[in-house]
Amino acid sequence: MLANEGNSVLPLSDDVEFSDMEEAVDAPERIAPVIEFRDICLAFDEKVILDGISFSVRRGETKIILGRSGGGKSTIIRLILGLIKPDAGRILIDGEDITDYDEPELMQVRQKIGMVFQEGALFDSLPVYENVAYRLREQGTEEEEVDAEVRRMLRFVALEDAIDKMPNELSGGMRRRVGIARALVGDPEIVLFDEPTAGLDPPTARTICELAIKLRDLHDVSSIFVTHEMNNLRYLSSEYAVIDENGEVRFEKEGGRLCMINTEIMMLRDGKIGFQGKDEELMRSDDPYIRTFVHGK
Amino acid sequence: MNPLFRFIAELQDVSLLLWRSIISLRHGPRYFAETLRQMDMIGVGSLPIVLLTGFFTGGVLVLQTYPTLEYYSIQNESGRSVATSLIRELGPVLSALMVSGRIGSAISAELGSMVVSQQIEAMRALGTDPIRKLVVPRIAALILMLPLLTVAADIFGLIGGGIVANYIYSQDVQVFVESVRNGISTKDIVGGMIKPLFFGLIIGVVACHKGLSTRGGTVGVGRSVTNSVVTASIWVIIFDFFLAKALQYLLDIGRL
Ligand SMILES: Nc1ncnc2c1ncn2[C@@H]1O[C@H](COP(=O)(O)OP(=O)(O)OP(=O)(O)O)[C@@H](O)[C@H]1O
Ligand SMILES: [Mg+2]
Repeated sequence: MLANEGNSVLPLSDDVEFSDMEEAVDAPERIAPVIEFRDICLAFDEKVILDGISFSVRRGETKIILGRSGGGKSTIIRLILGLIKPDAGRILIDGEDITDYDEPELMQVRQKIGMVFQEGALFDSLPVYENVAYRLREQGTEEEEVDAEVRRMLRFVALEDAIDKMPNELSGGMRRRVGIARALVGDPEIVLFDEPTAGLDPPTARTICELAIKLRDLHDVSSIFVTHEMNNLRYLSSEYAVIDENGEVRFEKEGGRLCMINTEIMMLRDGKIGFQGKDEELMRSDDPYIRTFVHGK
Repeated sequence: MNPLFRFIAELQDVSLLLWRSIISLRHGPRYFAETLRQMDMIGVGSLPIVLLTGFFTGGVLVLQTYPTLEYYSIQNESGRSVATSLIRELGPVLSALMVSGRIGSAISAELGSMVVSQQIEAMRALGTDPIRKLVVPRIAALILMLPLLTVAADIFGLIGGGIVANYIYSQDVQVFVESVRNGISTKDIVGGMIKPLFFGLIIGVVACHKGLSTRGGTVGVGRSVTNSVVTASIWVIIFDFFLAKALQYLLDIGRL
């Protein structure tokens, strides 16, 4: 599924035609949220982690989540997958209220979600190949198709050489990339990235961001991207992917004329949403808490 | 939390795990390959230690009882005494304890480290039910393999007993074999095979439960392993008593 350029950017100035773009943006299936949190509260023991969080992610949208370490970012992601249940509030995936689903029902929902774990969470008794192939094997896909898909995914994360290695033979960054490949197999429509670039060198981190941008702009994937790094935030919220005349993927900057509407930033603060909006607003904010986050002081 | 309350809560969790394993058998994916792999690991892997245990237990039984039997001039019945105690009690119980030490610990360590490294969560996130994929094959393999291991232990116990009778007390092999054959009935053998079915279930459920409920990093894994072996062993011994009583009643064995 290829979305055209119009879905990912809206023109800011008048000299750009945008009537057809508005149409694309307003289509009902684009408005209906793919992920929706309604007043989610969660406490571990006595400690309140999430205190009335509401937000939604539309199709093809990326939500960047910022927040202090231990602020509940990974918890939000685990809630989306139904790995833990909220104390109060509702969670909707694709319009389905999954809050009270039992495990078998959640299994169905999880089929359309890919998750990149903060720590990788690779199966260390299985080689890289089987790790990536895991979901396809569970679905009983033909061996040939599995092989092709696994190789394609590993090429995607530039790890074809590691195909026969065991996870404990890989470096941290390689493990993370295998985790990404594993999450993306089977083309999930929702992808959750939990600090996918932490501890990676800048070029690799950049590659991962490009990957997320491509998924968003070319494959219409909705995603949540938890990160601490301002570089990631800048890439994700100011660049978009297009396919040029030669069929190559190119990344372009939004510049001063365009404002991307498919990437939003959400900042958690003491269990509540401290900020929600576009990167420009975040950068311009003069709230001291946000400024320490963005500028480091 | 008071110990009684904790015990009841734990019992509830274990029963719940067992129940969920059973209902997961009804439909949906079954992991036969994984079950076979576990059977290989549990059965073939535990064979050496179980055989050694059986062999030396049988040997020591003869070693200790022969003088007493000789005192009453019934030393020709030494085969019978080894056979009954081995097949009814020591074979099943000792095999179960050895398997609990070797396999129960391995299972809880494996599942526990999968929990703390988030692999269980990853598995659920990828749409697989860990109970189906991990718990059921392990319990099934234990239930299937433990009776076979027990039979092997019994046989090696009898061989060990025979060797001791023959070499140390110079008893004729024929006499020993004859007394073994007189000593055991089909009921004994059936009873001796029923017990390990339950022991396999106990070891499997306890080990999987302890593994999956691991909390608190690597230290937690160590704690789960210890707990799993201790709990399973105690339950095996307690259950053995009640099973023996039940079998006495149902199969009318245990009387002369
Ligand atoms: N299973 C659990 N039991 C008890 N407390 C938990 C559990 N999981 C998470 N927490 C607590 O919830 C809080 C939020 O954790 P979470 O992993 O969501 O943080 P995070 O925002 O992802 O942090 P980081 O950026 O360091 O990854 C932490 O204070 C943590 O101690
Ligand atoms: Mg986290």
